[in-house]
Amino acid sequence: MMVPKPASSWARLITTGLLRRPSHPFHASRSTIAPVRFPSSPSCGPFASVLRERQFCSSSSSGDESEDHLDEFLDFPGAKVGFINKIKFTAERPQEPVPCFRVLDDHGRLIKDAYMPEVDKPLAIRMYQNMVTLQVMDTLFFEAQRQGRFSFYLTTFGEEAINIASAAALNNDDMVYAQYREPGVLMWRGFTLKEFANQCFSNVADYGKGRQMPVHYGSAKLNYPTVSSPIGTQLPHAVGAAYAFKMDQKPLCTTTFFGEGASSEGDFHGAMNFAAVLEVPVLFICRNNGFAISTPASEQFKSDGVVAKGHAYGMRSIRVDGNDTLAMYATVKAARKMAVEESRPILIEALTYRVGHHSTSDDSGKYRKGDEMQHWKTMRDPVLRFRRWLEGEGWWDTDAEQKLRSDARNEVISALQSAGSQMKQPLTNLFTDVYDTIPRNLIQQEKELRSTVGRHHEDYPSDVPLY
Amino acid sequence: MVRRRFSFGLVSRLSSPIYGRSPCSGGIWTPCLGQKRSFMTAKDLVESEEPEKKVTNRINMFSAINQALHTVLDSDPKSYVFGEDVGFGGVFRCTTALRDKFGRHRVFNTPLCEQAIVGFGIGLASMGNRAIAEIQFADYIFPALDQIVNEAAKYRYRSGNLFNCGGLTVRAPYGAVGHGGHYHSQSPEAFFCHVPGIKVVIPRSPSQAKGLLLASIRDPNPVVFFEPKWLYRLAVEEVPVDDYTLPLSSAEVMRKGSDITLVGWGAQLAIMEEACDEVSKLGISCELIDLRTLIPWDKELVEDSVNKTGRLLAPVTGGFGAEIAASITNSCFLRLQAPVSRVCGLDTPFPLVFEPFYMPTKNKIVDAIKASVNF
Repeated sequence: MMVPKPASSWARLITTGLLRRPSHPFHASRSTIAPVRFPSSPSCGPFASVLRERQFCSSSSSGDESEDHLDEFLDFPGAKVGFINKIKFTAERPQEPVPCFRVLDDHGRLIKDAYMPEVDKPLAIRMYQNMVTLQVMDTLFFEAQRQGRFSFYLTTFGEEAINIASAAALNNDDMVYAQYREPGVLMWRGFTLKEFANQCFSNVADYGKGRQMPVHYGSAKLNYPTVSSPIGTQLPHAVGAAYAFKMDQKPLCTTTFFGEGASSEGDFHGAMNFAAVLEVPVLFICRNNGFAISTPASEQFKSDGVVAKGHAYGMRSIRVDGNDTLAMYATVKAARKMAVEESRPILIEALTYRVGHHSTSDDSGKYRKGDEMQHWKTMRDPVLRFRRWLEGEGWWDTDAEQKLRSDARNEVISALQSAGSQMKQPLTNLFTDVYDTIPRNLIQQEKELRSTVGRHHEDYPSDVPLY
Repeated sequence: MVRRRFSFGLVSRLSSPIYGRSPCSGGIWTPCLGQKRSFMTAKDLVESEEPEKKVTNRINMFSAINQALHTVLDSDPKSYVFGEDVGFGGVFRCTTALRDKFGRHRVFNTPLCEQAIVGFGIGLASMGNRAIAEIQFADYIFPALDQIVNEAAKYRYRSGNLFNCGGLTVRAPYGAVGHGGHYHSQSPEAFFCHVPGIKVVIPRSPSQAKGLLLASIRDPNPVVFFEPKWLYRLAVEEVPVDDYTLPLSSAEVMRKGSDITLVGWGAQLAIMEEACDEVSKLGISCELIDLRTLIPWDKELVEDSVNKTGRLLAPVTGGFGAEIAASITNSCFLRLQAPVSRVCGLDTPFPLVFEPFYMPTKNKIVDAIKASVNF
């Protein structure tokens, strides 16, 4: 009699109900995988000899064993899967790219049958006002840098909808881990123009105490940890903070923003994987704006953008039109609900275009066409698109527009003038906060530095007070 | 099989008397009150003014570390231990039984990604928790170097003290183990000693490990804690059962001497003590100092010692010995009777079959001491 192949023995054990096929290919956090039950007789089970197996199987077979190998499954610890007897490779990309959710067309008109989030007039106007103010702030702060008033700046042109709509959809107590192109989130939560300007000028009122380049904002009261320059490092922080919320049983989530370039970093991979495995309430919002400085997205990945990567980590994901304020708002709101209620991470890829240069240190005319930038700036401006919708609703008009822009301009100029006229941070703050208390080596170094400065004060900036 | 050339019966003589209990509450570390700096070894007994009877257990280093972690998880509900394989007890048994006692949500395995382990720990710590991250071997800490250097170390400073990740402690076994080769033997502490904003702490014995680890976890700054893996099983001593801390940035004179100062840390101290014993037969009196915290280090104590002896032998592993040498040469130049010397591993990757030749062994240290004394 032929010795039965082990695979068919397993199959018989399944069909006779003695070996349960787990109902889920992967149990992430459920306490155990469905236990494999073996009959009590020692002649059956994984350690039984083939002979005994053969005897058991032939005696218990009741004629309903399946010879179709495609019903069998492979019980590996790494994956519990059916198997296939032909070579078949999964395609590198799905047939169609993941479609992009939008509510408004390019002219600000509601798309037929589109899902419409609950946005009332006060909310809509507040969002629009913030988007415009952000645009005005960026324009004037960029100019201020060009005039030499501070050393560096980068703008959020083209990404105002992502910034403001996301912030509006979150709870003010949700921690936000930003990259650097999300000052709109701070603005929405109440960071003033003066506070932005203080940081850019490193003046005495800068919360960061003059230690970092402009645009590296942070605010503890607004739940926005201070931005750092390295790309993507904030992603795993957001996951750790989300774990804290989960353990503290707070009905909150964390959100982390990053560009499509950051999705190439190891921290992206680590954070996504940890978030999925540890089941934490975090939103990964990717601003796919087409460029990482000069590197176009086509040179950043070969996948279907960033949204495709969520599936690889076992994470729900969605692709949304980042220039559509209503779609962004709806998406983040829905994602947040899932994240908080189900304690799971969500990936949101917001497609957009970086209208401005990467920063004041960049001239993007060197790597992209002027008419392309002009097209996105004028025809695909998210601010204008939302304005059209507001006007269509009868909630906005030209007079309101004029007043808003004029007021914003005046406030920004006033903030710049005020912040720029204040003294810089005092020299003392060079040495504080390295540790919680100042160590002996720094006390010594401060002493030596002050002695040097005292003797050569003309070699040192006069707008940095000594104390 | 590499012949073990080091006697670890010596290790029990590294015991110091027990320090006063640190009034640690609410996670705010304050210096121990009634602290005595001890010079006690079996050779140099000092009568204790108030002999305190402390309950101790004779345990090894991984057990002492396990006790410390147990104590933290028990006393602070917002503390977490995580890393690769910590759930079942860890590859060196340091996290044994923690998951059973405190649950899967407080003691948990992470996926295999050191940069995310530390990044996650920073996020958790910044929300006011004690995040105790384990890196399986110090040899694998390098993917996390960006998070440690660019994020953890600068978190408080760059935010103007709006935020901090002081609750983060990164633990990693380090150092020679007799058969570890390139990737299970490295001593990378020097990479971290040039990073303002973090502390680097290395214990020499089980009782030191427990007290220093408790202090590191409770210190309001991120700490990288290197554990000499050689001593996990081999170092055994009486370790107090209670909750106690030892001060950070405070070096300890293990034995007083008058002819030469030796500074070291971790497992190397046991070797250095043997060398000190050997040269004492020649009438050379060595002052042996355990630095304990590498940054910020207790420069004043080392300076006082060198001002007394006039000679310095800085060890131990390449890198930070240079900082000590430069600093002491600068501050004690006129007092020095001989150039500051170092006895370290060689400038090669850590070899396997050549380990006994590579290591800064007792005979190399003895030779260096003699050379310094006879300069």
